Amino acid sequence: MITATSRREFLKTAGLTAGGLMVGFCLPARTIGASAAITDSTAVNAFIKISSDNDITLIVPKSEMGQGVYTGYAQLLAEELELDWQGIRVEAAPVAPAYNIPGMSMQFTGGSMSIRTGFQAMREAGATARTLLISAAAEKLNVSPNSLHAAHGNVVHGDSGRTLSYGSLAAHAATLTPPSSVTLKEPSQWQLIGKPLHRIDTLAKTNGTAGFGVDTRLPNQHYALVARAPSFGATVKSFDDTAAKAIAGVVVVKQVPSGIAVIATNTWAARKGRDALVVDWAAGPAGHFSSAKLAQDYAEKCLTPGVVAYSAGVISAPKKGQVHLTADYATPYLSHASMEPLNCTVAFSNSGCDVYLGTQMQTMDQLAAADVAGLKPEQVHVHTTFLGGGFGRRGNLGSDVVREAVAVANGFPAPVMTVWTREDDMRGGYYRPQSHSHLTATLDTNGHPAIWTHTQAVQPLLKGGPFSAFTTDPKTGLDKTTHEGASELPYAIKNVRVDVHDDLHPVPVLWWRSVGHSNAGFVVESFIDECAHAAHKDPLAYRLALLADKPKHIAALKLAAEKAGWGTPLPKGRARGIAVHESFSSVVAEVAEVSLENGKPRVHRVVAAMHCGTVINPNLVAQQLESAVTYGLSAALYGRITIADGRVEQSNFDNYEVMRINTMPVVEAHIVPSTEAPTGVGEPGLPPLAAAVANALYALSGVRARQLPLSQTNFSKA
Amino acid sequence: MTHGAENGTLSTPNLEFVMKLEINGQVHDVTAEADMPLLWVIRDLVGLTGTKYGCGAALCGACTVHIDGEPTRSCVLPVSAVVGKKITTIEAIGNTALGKKIQDAWVAEDVPQCGYCQSGQIMSAVALLGKQPKPSDTDIETAMSGNICRCGTYSRIRKAITRAAGV
Repeated sequence: MITATSRREFLKTAGLTAGGLMVGFCLPARTIGASAAITDSTAVNAFIKISSDNDITLIVPKSEMGQGVYTGYAQLLAEELELDWQGIRVEAAPVAPAYNIPGMSMQFTGGSMSIRTGFQAMREAGATARTLLISAAAEKLNVSPNSLHAAHGNVVHGDSGRTLSYGSLAAHAATLTPPSSVTLKEPSQWQLIGKPLHRIDTLAKTNGTAGFGVDTRLPNQHYALVARAPSFGATVKSFDDTAAKAIAGVVVVKQVPSGIAVIATNTWAARKGRDALVVDWAAGPAGHFSSAKLAQDYAEKCLTPGVVAYSAGVISAPKKGQVHLTADYATPYLSHASMEPLNCTVAFSNSGCDVYLGTQMQTMDQLAAADVAGLKPEQVHVHTTFLGGGFGRRGNLGSDVVREAVAVANGFPAPVMTVWTREDDMRGGYYRPQSHSHLTATLDTNGHPAIWTHTQAVQPLLKGGPFSAFTTDPKTGLDKTTHEGASELPYAIKNVRVDVHDDLHPVPVLWWRSVGHSNAGFVVESFIDECAHAAHKDPLAYRLALLADKPKHIAALKLAAEKAGWGTPLPKGRARGIAVHESFSSVVAEVAEVSLENGKPRVHRVVAAMHCGTVINPNLVAQQLESAVTYGLSAALYGRITIADGRVEQSNFDNYEVMRINTMPVVEAHIVPSTEAPTGVGEPGLPPLAAAVANALYALSGVRARQLPLSQTNFSKA
Repeated sequence: MTHGAENGTLSTPNLEFVMKLEINGQVHDVTAEADMPLLWVIRDLVGLTGTKYGCGAALCGACTVHIDGEPTRSCVLPVSAVVGKKITTIEAIGNTALGKKIQDAWVAEDVPQCGYCQSGQIMSAVALLGKQPKPSDTDIETAMSGNICRCGTYSRIRKAITRAAGV
């Protein structure tokens, strides 16, 4: 644990850094793409390095966690730089202000923001470099820049046909003053943007050469496992390491703020040593915490109003004869459960330390490592590897993984990788919060909701902590993640109140793919479906009628419905459900086709349609829709973290089930054509999924599932 | 312990064995405790990091290697059990015609997202096609259901296997 004082000091540093810490370029360790890293290259700007042999490396300031950002960013840069796609190579950026998200003072990957924020910035970076290279060529040839153009990695003089490679111009170009503005290509001129190009990282991910954090191997590297608090907030009273030290390969046992670390020559020895520790823990504030009790408390709490997040019109009691609906929905804590369990490797040197990990949060990790090690931020070099899945867990503002790994390695005379087992990862905290919702709706004579109320209880992500400003709405004081997706209803309803109980609990929570929308999408899209059925209307037609001024919703719904054959007959025992949700500025509609097998839900087909503005690579968008559906199905059908006496009851994939190939439906991904600015892609496919499935199960069985996972509902009744 | 009798010798009081392991056609001298899972021998002692740790309990398939051609979860297999056997990992599977064909199909279908599970997926897929060159959907599901992917590449895995099989 870090003290309050050091945390404040740490934040001061963070604030100062936002002002303008400049870190020089350090060559990243790994190059993805054509061939090995090149050494004699010139940085034309922060994103483009060119060698004298005309090998061009693009620097990507985003973490590749599966979403395809290395490919998408390379397309944006290469488009304006006039590079051929074959032979494109990319490297992960180091930590530096140049790599911060435009308009923000930190470098991180999340919030489905990469393409949204990089669409302009990366094209401009490419165009700037292109302009500089042309200027360099103009000086060299003593001709006007207007007589030159860039093509296929060269500058060409149109009149004479003379061609100069970028490599022959880079050193000179790097000395020129960048232009204050550049002209970007028209969409009609695009050669790479909008094309379904293959991913840059696929080959490395099929032959074992892709380097993830856990694959870091440094000379004399050691491996550590940590015995962490068995219940959240527990502290070490005493420990006996006699048996641990007797394990062959165990080198050091040491106490760190998060527990007791065992450092060994290999992972297995560290594991045996860690398991041989005898630790006496003093229970902390979560010692008696129960997620089942929390569910009860939440249900009671939601019968009273919370802090108002949004209100419009007047909330009045239903009049006699009006159709009035009331429903309670509940969702559980969820683990991210990335395939690569958490890990972080730290190597101290005379001048500072190097930190190797798959992270979504480079700037904060650098500051955290510096804070723990007593170094200046610029003495910490964060090396971003591939991430074996992120989903939000590798983007903790508090850098729990890095802080611990630095504490473990500090003072040890060799590099140490702190490895988390699957069980450590699943029980080590930072979950999608559990929630409860109490909703009411009063329908008008057309069957449309005239009044909608939604009271929700959910743990805020950052409220009360050092990073609360990151998500707090200054007007309401509420953490925006507690009500996003619930407070901005797309439906034309005049009288609305959405309020929130946002009490703190001693369970670490964090963003999880689509964050608050992961709850809101299920709740809102299930309840509107209840309204449609209460009004005896077709769920698609009902939604369309209430979305008259929402063209993106309408386009997504119509496309999904058309491709799914909404309204056409299905084999006996099957039914469809539909849902639509906006998140990260994109709208996704999904139609799920389900049956019951031995009373259990079986999803056969999911048709998804996304409105995400201009598409950089439709292949990547399709992948992300397929991915969000799969991740969403795991949560909808099985996902649940429960806590008893402060201890997480799940531990591995046997009791935290996820989708497998034999339970996986056909997924069809469709994109609504659009020339608007790009909007989010990685997350928006998830929020409507659970509701689409639950709505289909209702249509099939007449049983309305109001809690997740759906495995808790008995559908065989009816 | 009987496994080690012919090919290994007891070296320390901690029951560490010196073993000869044949990995990807190359013989490695390895000193390890007899109960160390093959996964950690491959990753930490031999230094081949393509084979992944995902669960440590044979639940996810990320650690799949071939032992004498059979797909095997290396995370629960004591190293002492594989002395004298041929171990193949993702790093060498492309040296076989079938392995190369599967890898090419993976590239053609753009299967990987984060990529962490894909070594295991490919090892399972190669073993499947080795036994059933023209697998049915059910064959694919049976052979591949032990390999978890959190990114959701299942439908592309199915397509890639079908492509490689030419069915």
